[in-house]
Amino acid sequence: MTGLNSQALNSMGFAKPPAATRIVVAMSGGVDSSVAAAMLARDGYDVVGLTMQLYDVDAVTAKSKTCCAGQDIYDARRVADRIGMPHYVVDYETTFKTDVIDRFADSYVRGETPVPCIRCNQTVKFRDLFKAAQDLGADALATGHYVQRLVGKQGPELHSAVDPGRDQSYFLFATTRAQLDYVRFPLGGLEKPAVRALGEELGVHVAAKPDSQDICFVPDGRYADIVKRLRPEAVRKGDIVHVDGRHIGPHDGVIHFTIGQRKGLGVGGEAEPLYVVRIEPDTARVIVGPKAALLEQSFALHGVNWLGDGMLPEEGLGVVMKLRNTHTPITGTVFADGSGAKVVLDQPEAAVTPGQACVFYDGTRVLGGGWIARGGVSAPVSLNLRRAGPEAAAPPA
Amino acid sequence: MTARLTYLDYNASAPLLPEAAAAMTATFAMSGNPSSVHRSGRAARAVIEDAREAVAALVNVTPSQVVFTSGATEANALALSTGPVVASAVEHPSVLAWSEAEAIPVSSDGVVDLAALEHRLKEFPHAVVALMLANNETGVLQPVEDAAGLAHACGARLHCDAVQGPGRLPVDFQALGVDTLSLSAHKFGGPKGIGALILRPGLELPAVVRGGGQERRRRAGTENLAGIAGFGAAAQAATRFLQDAPRVAALRDALEARLASSAPQARVFGHAAPRLANTSCVMLPGVSAETQLMRLDLAHVQVSAGAACSSGKIAPSHVLTAMGASDADAKCAIRISLGRDTTEEDINAFFSAWLPLALTAAA
Repeated sequence: MTGLNSQALNSMGFAKPPAATRIVVAMSGGVDSSVAAAMLARDGYDVVGLTMQLYDVDAVTAKSKTCCAGQDIYDARRVADRIGMPHYVVDYETTFKTDVIDRFADSYVRGETPVPCIRCNQTVKFRDLFKAAQDLGADALATGHYVQRLVGKQGPELHSAVDPGRDQSYFLFATTRAQLDYVRFPLGGLEKPAVRALGEELGVHVAAKPDSQDICFVPDGRYADIVKRLRPEAVRKGDIVHVDGRHIGPHDGVIHFTIGQRKGLGVGGEAEPLYVVRIEPDTARVIVGPKAALLEQSFALHGVNWLGDGMLPEEGLGVVMKLRNTHTPITGTVFADGSGAKVVLDQPEAAVTPGQACVFYDGTRVLGGGWIARGGVSAPVSLNLRRAGPEAAAPPA
Repeated sequence: MTARLTYLDYNASAPLLPEAAAAMTATFAMSGNPSSVHRSGRAARAVIEDAREAVAALVNVTPSQVVFTSGATEANALALSTGPVVASAVEHPSVLAWSEAEAIPVSSDGVVDLAALEHRLKEFPHAVVALMLANNETGVLQPVEDAAGLAHACGARLHCDAVQGPGRLPVDFQALGVDTLSLSAHKFGGPKGIGALILRPGLELPAVVRGGGQERRRRAGTENLAGIAGFGAAAQAATRFLQDAPRVAALRDALEARLASSAPQARVFGHAAPRLANTSCVMLPGVSAETQLMRLDLAHVQVSAGAACSSGKIAPSHVLTAMGASDADAKCAIRISLGRDTTEEDINAFFSAWLPLALTAAA
C-alpha cells in the first residue's frame, strides 16, 4: 500500500489520510447504513456511529419492520460493537414529533398526501444529526441512502443511485447545497445485491434483514389512526360529491382519501369507475369523477429547492420529473414563480397529488424539486430560488 | 496504539481491586456447592462466611445480619417488598419502583425535606421509609439518622440505600439507626452482580427469591461464590480507601475551582450541601449531556449523565428535576465521579476535552 501524499484526496474527498478523517455515520440498524459504516471502517476512517431515537418505541407495535424501532437501535449497536467503532444514540423525539409526525398529520388534515421521509431528511437528519456530527468534529456525515454525490465543475451534485430499483434521490430533493457539501453516500454507486454481499463479507450480521418499507412511525400502515389521535378535532364527516354535482354518499373524513384513489369510495352502479379527483378539507368534501377528470397539465410548487447550475429561470427550463417516488419520469417545463415554481407538463398526467414532491432531473442529476401545492395555488414558501449560498441554506436557528 | 483512558465514572462502577480479583480467581477451582456436606462444600461455605464477616465488619454489624443478594437492586426489593414505601424524590429507580406514595421532596441542594417526611408519616404510619445515604448523581448526603428517628417515632421502618457509601464514608449501620441497608460490591472495587441487604437483628422479611434454604431462608439460590469472595475482599480494602478520601476530595475541589474560573456559566448541583468528596454533577447550559458524553468519550474521557436507558437515550434526571432544575437544564448535566486511581492527569484530560465545549457554548 502506498501512502497518501498531501495532495491526494481520500475516497471521502479529503486531502488527508482516512485515519485522520472523522466520518459520522447515521446508523438505523438496517443493512444499508450498517454496510456503509463497515465499509468506511474497513477503509480506515475514524468512524463514529449515531442512531437517532425518534419516537417512543412502546407507542408503536412491537412487530415493527421499519427503521428506528428499539430493536434497530440494538442492532445498530451490535453492528458497531462488531466493527469496533464508537456508537451513540441521539434523542430527537421532540423534534421528530414536531417536524415530522405533526406535520404529517396536518398535511392529511389539509387534504394532502404527505411524504414524511422527505421532511425527516430535511429536518431531523440533515439539520439535527448534521449538527451533532459537526459537534463531534466530523469531516462529513455519511448515510446509507442509495443516491450519489458527484463532484462536478461547480461543486457537489446530487445524482440518482446506480441501482435504479433502489434509488432514493426523490426523498433527498430538499438537500441544500450546504448539506450536500457535508454529506456522503457511500452506497450510491453500488447495486443492492453487492451491498448485501459486502455485508456478509464485512461480517455485518443484519445483512439478511428485510428492508424497511413502511413509514417508520406507522408500522401497521394505519396512518389514519395516527392522524385521528393527533388531530381529533380536524377529522369530520362529509360528503362524496361527483364532479357533475351529484351527491354520491357520506364519508368519515378527508384524511381517508388520496388523489387517484378508486377503492373504498363505497360507490356502485356508476357507468365508469370513479376516482378521487379533489379533496376539499374546508368543506369536508371529497370530489370524485371519471379517470379523465384526474388529468392535470399544470400545477404550482412551494418549498422549492434548486440544485442545478445558476438559478431556476423564470422563462422556464425543460426537465424530466417524478411526481411520486415510484413514478415513471415524465417531461415538462418548470418556471420560477416568485418564491415558488410553476410546472407545465408536456402531456396531461393523472393524479397530481398535493403534498407529494415534484423532483426535477437532468439525466441522473437531481436539479431540485418542490412540494405540489393544493388547487394550483402557491402556498406560503420557505425557500427562495436563488442559488443558495451556505447562509441561505443554513439550518434554521 | 491504545490511547490513555480517563475513567471518571466511579459512581457507576469502580474498577475491580486486584485483591478482589485474586479472591474470585481462587474460587474458580472450588467445585463444591456451599450447601453440600462434604469437604468441597464446606470449603466453599467457608469462603462465603469469611466474606460475610468482612462485609459485616465494614458496616459494624454481626455476620448473621448480612444477606447476600445479586446486587443492591435485589437488596432494595427485599427490604421494600412489604411496603407501603415512602421514598425521597432522589432515590435510585430500584427504590422508586416500589414507592406508591408521593415522593418526599428535596431542597434545591438535594437534601430531603424532613418536615415533609414527618407530615407524610402521619398518613402512612407503618411505612417503610426509603432514604439513601448519598445520592449517586450529585453525591449529596442525606440526614438518614434523623429520618430514622422520625420513622421509628411513629412505628415506621427505615431502609437506607447505602451503595455509594463504602470506601468514601464510614458506614455504621448501628450509628445510622436504620432497619435495613443495601450495599453493592462493584461500587467500591468488588465485582458486579453481588450485593447485600443488612438487617436489624430480629427483623424478619419475607423472601423475594424463594426456594432453597440459603441465606437463612432469606434469599434462595446457590450462592454466587466468586462474587461473594470478591465482595469480601473489597469490603476489607474499603477502610483503606477511606484514608485516601482527602486526596480525592482535593482533586474534586480543584476540578470545581477550575470549572468556576474557566467556565463560569457551568453550575454544580448540590454544591452547598454536604456531599461525597468524589462526586461533581456539572450542568453546562445549552450543551446536552448527550453531546458532552460523546465528545468526552471520543477523547477517551469517561463520565456519565443522570439516567441513560437501555437504548442509550438520556432522559432528564429525576434527581435534578426534583432539585428544581428544568428539564432543559437537567438534560445538560453530567456526573464526574473520582476514585482511588484518579490523578491530576485525569482531571487535566477531562478539562482538555470538555473546555472547548464550554467555550464554544459561551461564544
